[in-house]
Parts: sequence; structure tokens; C-alpha cells
Amino acid sequence: MRRPATILVLLLALAGCNTIQSPLDPASPQAHDLNRLFWIFVAVLGAIWLAVMVALAVALRAPRPAGADPLATDRGRDRRFGIVITGLAVATGVMVLVLTGLSYAAQRRLFAVEEEAVTIRVMGQQWWWQFTYEDVDASRTFITANEFHVPVGKPVKVKLNAVDVIHSFWVPSLMGKQDLIPGRENDIRFVAERPGVYRGQCAEFCGLQHAHMGLLVVVEAPEDFERWREAQISAAQPPTDSERQKGLEAFLSKPCVMCHTVRGTPAGGRTGPDLTHVGGRLTLAAGTLPMSRGNLAAWIVDPHGIKPGVNMPLIKLDPDELNSIAAYLEGLK
Amino acid sequence: MRQRAVADLSSLPTYGFGPKSPMWWGTLGFCAVEGMGFALAAGSYLYLVHVNPQWPLSAPPPDHWPGTVLTLLLLFSLWPNAVADRSARRQNLWAVRRDLYIMSVIGVLAVAIRLYEFAGLHVKWDQNAYGSITWILLGLHATHLITDLGDTLVLLVLMFTRHATGKRFSDVSDNAFYWYFVVASWIPLYLLIYWVPRWA
Amino acid sequence: MSATAATNEASDLRDTALDGPELRVRLSKTWGTESGLWGALTTVDHKIIGRRYLITTFVFLFLAGLAAVAMRLQLAQPESKLIGPDLYNQLFTMHGTTMMFLFGVPVGEAFAVYLVPLMVGTRNIAFPRLNAFSYWVFLFGGLFLWISFFLNIGPDVGWFAYVPLSGPEFSPGKRADTWAQMITFTEVAGLAVAIEIVVTVLKQRAPGMTLDRIPLFVWAVFINSLVIIFALPAVVVASSFLIMDRLIGTHLFNPAEGGDALLFQHLFWFFGHPEVYIIFLPATGMVSAIVVTFARRQAFGYLALVLSLIAVAFLSFGLWVHHMFTTGLPQLGYAFFTASSMLIAVPNGLQIFCWIATLWDGRPDFKTPLLFVLGFFFIFVAGGLSGVLLASVPLDTQVHDTYFVVAHFHYVLIGGAVFPILGAIYYWFPKFTGRMLSERLGRWHFWLAFVGFNVAFFAMHISGLMGMPRRVYTYTAEMNWGALNLVSTIGALMLAASFALFLFNILRSMRVGAIAGDNPWGAGTLEWATASPPPPHNFDRIPFVTSREPLWAERDSLPVVTGLRVDNRELIASTVTEARAELREPSPEPSIWPFLAAIATGITFVASIFSPWAVVWGGALVAITLIGWFWPKGSKEDEG
Repeated sequence: MRRPATILVLLLALAGCNTIQSPLDPASPQAHDLNRLFWIFVAVLGAIWLAVMVALAVALRAPRPAGADPLATDRGRDRRFGIVITGLAVATGVMVLVLTGLSYAAQRRLFAVEEEAVTIRVMGQQWWWQFTYEDVDASRTFITANEFHVPVGKPVKVKLNAVDVIHSFWVPSLMGKQDLIPGRENDIRFVAERPGVYRGQCAEFCGLQHAHMGLLVVVEAPEDFERWREAQISAAQPPTDSERQKGLEAFLSKPCVMCHTVRGTPAGGRTGPDLTHVGGRLTLAAGTLPMSRGNLAAWIVDPHGIKPGVNMPLIKLDPDELNSIAAYLEGLK
Repeated sequence: MRQRAVADLSSLPTYGFGPKSPMWWGTLGFCAVEGMGFALAAGSYLYLVHVNPQWPLSAPPPDHWPGTVLTLLLLFSLWPNAVADRSARRQNLWAVRRDLYIMSVIGVLAVAIRLYEFAGLHVKWDQNAYGSITWILLGLHATHLITDLGDTLVLLVLMFTRHATGKRFSDVSDNAFYWYFVVASWIPLYLLIYWVPRWA
Repeated sequence: MSATAATNEASDLRDTALDGPELRVRLSKTWGTESGLWGALTTVDHKIIGRRYLITTFVFLFLAGLAAVAMRLQLAQPESKLIGPDLYNQLFTMHGTTMMFLFGVPVGEAFAVYLVPLMVGTRNIAFPRLNAFSYWVFLFGGLFLWISFFLNIGPDVGWFAYVPLSGPEFSPGKRADTWAQMITFTEVAGLAVAIEIVVTVLKQRAPGMTLDRIPLFVWAVFINSLVIIFALPAVVVASSFLIMDRLIGTHLFNPAEGGDALLFQHLFWFFGHPEVYIIFLPATGMVSAIVVTFARRQAFGYLALVLSLIAVAFLSFGLWVHHMFTTGLPQLGYAFFTASSMLIAVPNGLQIFCWIATLWDGRPDFKTPLLFVLGFFFIFVAGGLSGVLLASVPLDTQVHDTYFVVAHFHYVLIGGAVFPILGAIYYWFPKFTGRMLSERLGRWHFWLAFVGFNVAFFAMHISGLMGMPRRVYTYTAEMNWGALNLVSTIGALMLAASFALFLFNILRSMRVGAIAGDNPWGAGTLEWATASPPPPHNFDRIPFVTSREPLWAERDSLPVVTGLRVDNRELIASTVTEARAELREPSPEPSIWPFLAAIATGITFVASIFSPWAVVWGGALVAITLIGWFWPKGSKEDEG
């Protein structure tokens, strides 16, 4: 019985480090609360399991002599067993009550409503995330995709909607998950407590590329967040060099504009992710590839090799067009 | 292992009525399964009412007259059904033949009225969720009407053959039991289909 | 009096008139099944049908296991290109669907079909032709699913097939239809068997087998059958609604026209939660039987064990929303389901305590069946406790839909059902075949399975806590899930190897295993009072029961009742509570109609995913076969 325990400790140690998407690496009061509750449960339930195994081990000695009548019973012994078992059943009930109570208290804290400072509306679709920053002033709303930023220490509300099938929004370091269900709007609230980049992933099977529907949440100091927000609200910068200018022209002449929007240009398609500031994101294709000029080109030239079944069609481009478009997109910071 | 005889059961009969008969319990089991299906379909109906801001959806409530006439017919039929059960238990062949004939006529009438009910729903199953669930409730019950009618007709024929003895009377009694279920399951469905759209 | 009746009177031979070998020969002839294909297609012998069910469910277990091995090979490394997303999605759908619908539920029913009539002391299961019919329908449903998979029209939407993904807009083609219709097949079969078990246990118990003398295995499968009767209709409704949305344009799950995606989840999980208890409850019966025999002590806490089974059965219907904790339903409602989901730990725990007490006061004999039961304790208790964790709404929001849940349910299903089932095979194989399985190979099998299982699935708790979601065909290297997944794959291969060893043990022992005799384990229940394998009529004379463990109570000679016919199939129908004999119930002869009715049913179900009119003309075909089935054959079954 000792070897499994050693393995357990080693594996848990592994779990503690190098995690980029783990509920055991909390970065918000909500996630901390969940983390604490988790370890309390593990301790209590683990102790119970151990106690049952010990009782079983003790039970396997053989008090009855060989050849004893299997129907013979010792009334005194039976009564003692009865009392112990009744006590254990009651104890189980008490354990259930206590854990239910702890759980419910945490539930109320977790889903408590606090006035939010930032509101983001999520439209989950196969297989990417659209984020709309809502604002009382309509001219300050903007749309981005697959990565969103929030200020440290301010309450955030994320409204969850689905365009096609059921998805689930899950950034474990910040909060538990909630589903995006067509026909309903759910929501999640959290406060991020330290700056960093936190990864999330769709957690409800949604078809062929469910495995590649990741997202990033960047938590930054309030000033940095405001700067980011202003940049996002503004339209795309016009190209500064000739290669990027060529890229813009190629982009506008190809079917790209049927699905993608780049504000400040005639491209106004709404089916695919908004690309106005795509070059400033850390990843591409919903967390699948790191952002770089090379990866942009690789994605455009063969989306189905990277995410088989993705909704983006293959567009035939010659190498010059491809390179210039990739350069143009990379520059959209 | 050696054996020692402790009782002799030679004189026990070979068939019985009601809970004495295993087939009665089988019928009860079947009613439990079908009843659960009805309950879930009815639950789905109420769920859909609950999630929609208004009800019915884009359609007027169904004409209630065919349904109301059918309900009255089914309630009335409980009497000849009880008589059929009694005749079967008394193993009175002539009475059983008469009663099965009456129940067959009632069954045919019920199915005919059911067709009028479908015609008077004023909504198609593929129009919206209200249309879908309404057709499903009516259709589910229609299958039970048809199967019980089929069972009754087969028994009617059998009672005119050489097989019209013994256990067959038990089968007639079980069929009467099933008819009670068909009538009882209709009442809540009638209220759901015809009156909830008027009350919601 | 007709001529046939006169002949019957003349040949009304009862078992009071015969004895010993001659009685057995005559009864075997009356109750026997013809050899060859015709015999196989017409048999109504519950033992033959039970054996078929067992073999078929194990074939499906192996197929689903192979699908799992393929999945594990794909996941062993990050960004593996071994299996693409389309095939992977089909594999996990086939794995889950097959394990739950074609193995998990039917295997418990298989054991029940074979053992319940023997354990309650009767000659056949109730409604034997329905039993035959149900097997064919089950087989056709399973074949339909797997043939569709090999024809590339198998389902790929998960075993739970949530809408809208499985609906007409996002799953065009026939794939989701094969899933939905397979459900109809298997649920019809499952419901039929459940009704047979309920009626057999209520009405065909041997005289003297009062309610408190019913063996615990029989209680478990009886209560389980009641759960089946009330739970399976929900999935039939869910899958039928889905087929209708897909094929005839209904809008039950379409929010744009007043429907709701969550209605599917409610209907599905209203079935889905009791479903896992439907898989677990027969296993508790197996554990009870094995613990009692190998502790060589009657069960401690018989009443508590029975009441726990009933409590679990009821409670299991009140838990389903815990599968929907992240869908945004009201929090207060959720809290109720947290409480009920944790509460079921009480009756489950009570059973565990009673079994441990039985072992404590007994003299454990560590044969292979008991080893598997010990494995059950270790694994199932861990799985049950991780379930208590999952019952907490806030904790569930972190671990729902991750590998933590995959770990949990494999612990409860493999620990809670598969291990007892394997132990049950070692236990009852001698009764089914007349030969013993090898103890040595059994020990190797157990340890390989136990270690392999824990290596494979413990690591999944951790990969889930490191953020790995379910149902993903691959993951990037930067997620650091590679090492854990490799460990899981190695464990899975060990577990697969243990099944290969198991198969070898079975095939070898069927040829050269030690001859078993009537009661090789010295057990106390009635199935051990007759030959191994039992003769077609089960018992030469119906036993009279005086104790919960009849063979332990009546050591010298078994009390029996007499007076049943020898030349016609007859068994005793008794009262529900006290089991006083009431009728000499005629039992149906072999018939081809159940097979024909199953063919007609199969044609109707398959054709109806191509055209709704198939329901009408297929239904007419089924009606014709049913009339043939119920049309009386003449004197033997009716006149008595």
C-alpha cells in the first residue's frame, strides 16, 4: 500500500508547478475560496477512505474457527456491531450535513453580486470566442476575440451567450466554469487579484475542434488596462511601410473581408473573429498557436491542417500575397 | 442432495384472475412503463409552458369539442369495461363475446374521434415547440388507443374459436385492466392539451 | 370435452409418480431445447438466453475497451497525429455509449436472467418468450450501432448527445440518428427484462420463500428492475424527441421556436443518474452473495442491506441536476441537489459497513471472487467519496467536464460494477459451465487489473486538476499534461492485458477446468442445490424454503413440494409476500415468434430513421408477429 502513496505525493508535486490552467493556482478571491474548499474536502474524504480501508484490513483476520456453522450468530457481538454501524451511519449523515453546509456557504459567496466595473459579453461559437466590451457610452464599446484584458482588483462581469451549440467558459485560476447555452444568457463574476496571463478553455464538448478552443485573460494594472482599452477602441492603424500596404490591399481584395472585420477599413464581415488588433494578441486560433508572422502565414495557408474541420475556408494565395497579408496582420497591434 | 416431500400441490388450479395471475402483474408493469412515459411527456409540456413568456405559441387553443366528446365516451366506457371484466371472471362465454363486441365498437369510435382531434388542433407539429409537444401528447395516447383496440379485436376473434376456454378469460380480464389505464392516462392529457392553453 | 383434452387427462403425469433419474430424464425432455439452429432461434430457456446475454455483453465490453485503448494511444503524447478529431469523437462516443447501454445495464440483467429463477426456486423466468424477444432486440440494437460505426455513419456527439450539437442543424446526416435509435432498441429490451424480473420475484418464488428469505442478490436485481421501469422511459422520451426534431421538424429543443436545449438535459439526466445506479445495484447483489459465501457467515444486517437498496433506488431519482450545475439554473435549487447527492452516501455507506461486519465476524477465504470484492471496496469507496466532492456546486464548477470527473466515474463504475462482475464470473462460472476457472490465473488477472486500473485512472484526478478538459482529442505540449497522460495510457494497457488474460482463463477452463459439482463453494442459496450446469427444468422438484440460506439450514435433505406435471411445462405461482403456492402456472413452449417479432421491430426502428412512414407499415408488421406470438397453440399451454 505504500507505493501508491509515494506516487501520489510526487504527482501532486508535479501538479503544483508548471500549471498554466489549474484551479489549484488561484489568482482571484473566488478561485482561492474554491481552492481552500477543495483541500478541506480532500482532507475529510481522504481520511474517511483511509478509515474504511483500515477497518476492512482488520476485518480480514479470521475470528471464526474453521467449520463453524455459518448460520450461528453471537447475539452480544451482533448487538455491538449494530451499535457501531448505527453510529457510523449517523456519523456519515453528520459528515454530509457539514460538507453540504460548507459547500452552500461557499456557493453563496461565489455567486454573490457586486457592482461590476467592467462588463464583457461573450459569444461562444465553433470554435472561438468573441468578446464585446460593453459601455454606457456606445461609442466606447468594442469587439475583440479569443483574448481579453481586465484591470487588477476591479469586479468583472462576463455575460455568456452561445451562437450555435453549448460551450463552457472556464478560466480556472479566476473562477469556476459556466455554460454558454443557445437561448439563454448566463454570467460569471470575478475579481482578479494579481497581474498575469491566465489560460482558459472551452469545457463543454462542442464538435470537431473542441480541443482547440482556448482563451487568454490578461490581468494588468488599471493604468495599463486603460491604455489597452483606448487602443482597442481606436480603429486600425494605417500601414506604415510598403509591404504592409500591399498586404492591406491584398487582404481587401480577397474573400477575407466576407468574414472578418478590421475597423478603419472597408472589411466588415461578422462571421469570423474581429482582426482590428489581432497582431497585439498573444496567441492565434483560440489559443492554439503563439502569435507571430510565421504562424499567421501558416494559419492562413492551411487552417485545416492545424484545426481540422474549422469553419475558415482555404483561400488560395500566392507566396507574395501571403507574406504581405501576414505582415499587415502582425502590424495590427 | 436428498429430498423430502413436505407438500403436494397436485390440486392447484392452472389459472387465476387479477393479482393471482402473473400476466396481471406483467400488465401492471407495462402500465408503469407507459405511465412514466406519459408523465415525462406531460412534464415536458409543462416545462415548455414555463420557459415561454406566453402560451400557446402563435396559434389559437385547439377546438375542445372532439376531445371533450372523446373524454365523455371514454368515461362512459368504464361501465361496459367493468362488465366485461366481471363476465370474464365468471367465465361466461356469451357475455364475454357481447362485451368484447361492445368494447370493440367503442374502440373504433374512439379512434375515429381521435382523428377529428388531430384535425382541430390548429397548429402543425413542425410549426413551433407548442405544436410539437401537443401533437406528441395526442399521438402518444393515440398509439395506446390503437393497440388496445387491436388487442380487444384479437380477443374477440379468439372467443369464437376453440381456444375460448380457461386462461383466455384471464386474458380478457387483463385487457379490461389495461383499458382502465388507457382511460386514466387520458384525463391529465385532455386537461393539458385543451385547457392549459386556455388557462395559461 | 374435446379430444385433446381427453388425451391430456389420460397423460396427466405428475412428479409424485416418478423419482430419481427417470424424473430428471422426463422433465429434461419436456423442458429441453432442440439442438441446432431451430432450437437456438426458438428457445425460451432463461439459462440459454442468460448465457447469450452474458457473452454478448462481454463482446461489447471488449469492443468498447478497444475503442478506449485507441483513445489512450492518441492521448499518450501531446499533439499526436495518430487519430484525428472526427474519428476520436466517434471513438469516445462509441466507448461511452457501448459501455453504458450495451454492457453496463445488460450485464446486470444477464446475471439476473440466468440466476434469479434458480435462486427463487422456479423453473423459468416469467414471460419466457418476451425474454427471448428482448435478447434479439438487444443484439440487433448493438449490431446496428457498431455496423453503423464501421460504415462511417456511427455517432460522434458523445454518449449523452447534447442538443443543439446533436440536433438537425449541427449534426446533419444519419450519425446522431443511429445513436438515438439504438437507444430505443436497447431500452425496449431492458424494460422487457425488468418486467420479467419483477414478476418472477413477486409471483414465482418457491413456496416458503417469504420476503425476508429472499437472497440479497435477488433483492438487488428486483429493486434494480423497478428503477429501470421508472428511469428508462426518460431516455426513450429524450431520444425520441431528438429523432423527431431531426427527422420530422419538431422544435422541442429549438430555442428559436419556443423549445429549450436544457429540456433535453433534464430528460436525459433524469434517466442518466438512475442509470449509473442501475449499473451499480446488481453489483451490490453480487458483492453480498460473494461476501456471504467467502466469509462463510450469513449476511450481517440483512434488513439494513435491503432498506439501503430501497433508499438508494428512491434517492437516485432525486440527484439528476448535479449533472447540470454549470448550466445557470437557480442556485437555491442547486443546493437541494447538493444535499441529496451527498445524502446517498448514507445508504451506500451502510451497505459497506454491513459487508465489512460480515467479513469481520466470518472466516474469509481468499479465493478469486473475494479478491475482486476487496478490489471493489478499495476502488469504489474512493470513487464514491470523490463523488461527494463533485456534489458540491462550487467545487463542481472547477472540476466538471475535466478529467477529474472521468477519474471519478471510472472509479465508481469499474470499481463499483466491473470488479464485482468479474468476481461474479469467477463465482458463478462453475454453475454456468460445470467447470472451475483457474485460481492461479485468476490471481494474476486480479492483480494486473487492480494495478493497471489505479495507474490509469488515479493520474486522471490530477490531470483534471491541472486543467485538462474532457473529450479533447489532443492537447499542446505547453499544457504539461503529457507525462500524466502517458502514465494513464500505460495503466490502460495493463488493464487491457488483464482482460486478455481473463479471456484466456475462460477459454482454457471451458476445456480443461476442474469439474465443479453442484456446490463447489459450499454456498447456501438455491442455485447451488441443482447440477452444474442445471438441467433445463432447473429443479427435479420445486424446493420448499425454510431459511434465507436454504442449503446451510437444511444440511441433510432438501424439503420439496410435489404435484407438478412432468409432461407439460408447469411451474408454481405463489403469493407476493408469503409465497404460498396458488397456481400451477403453465410455462410457454419454444416459439419462433419472438425472433420474428424482433426482426419486425428491428426493421421498423432502422427504417424509421430514413422515413417516418416506416413507423406505420413497420408497426403493422410487428402487430402481425405479435398476433402470431399470442395466438394459442392448443391444449398444452392453456387447458392445463
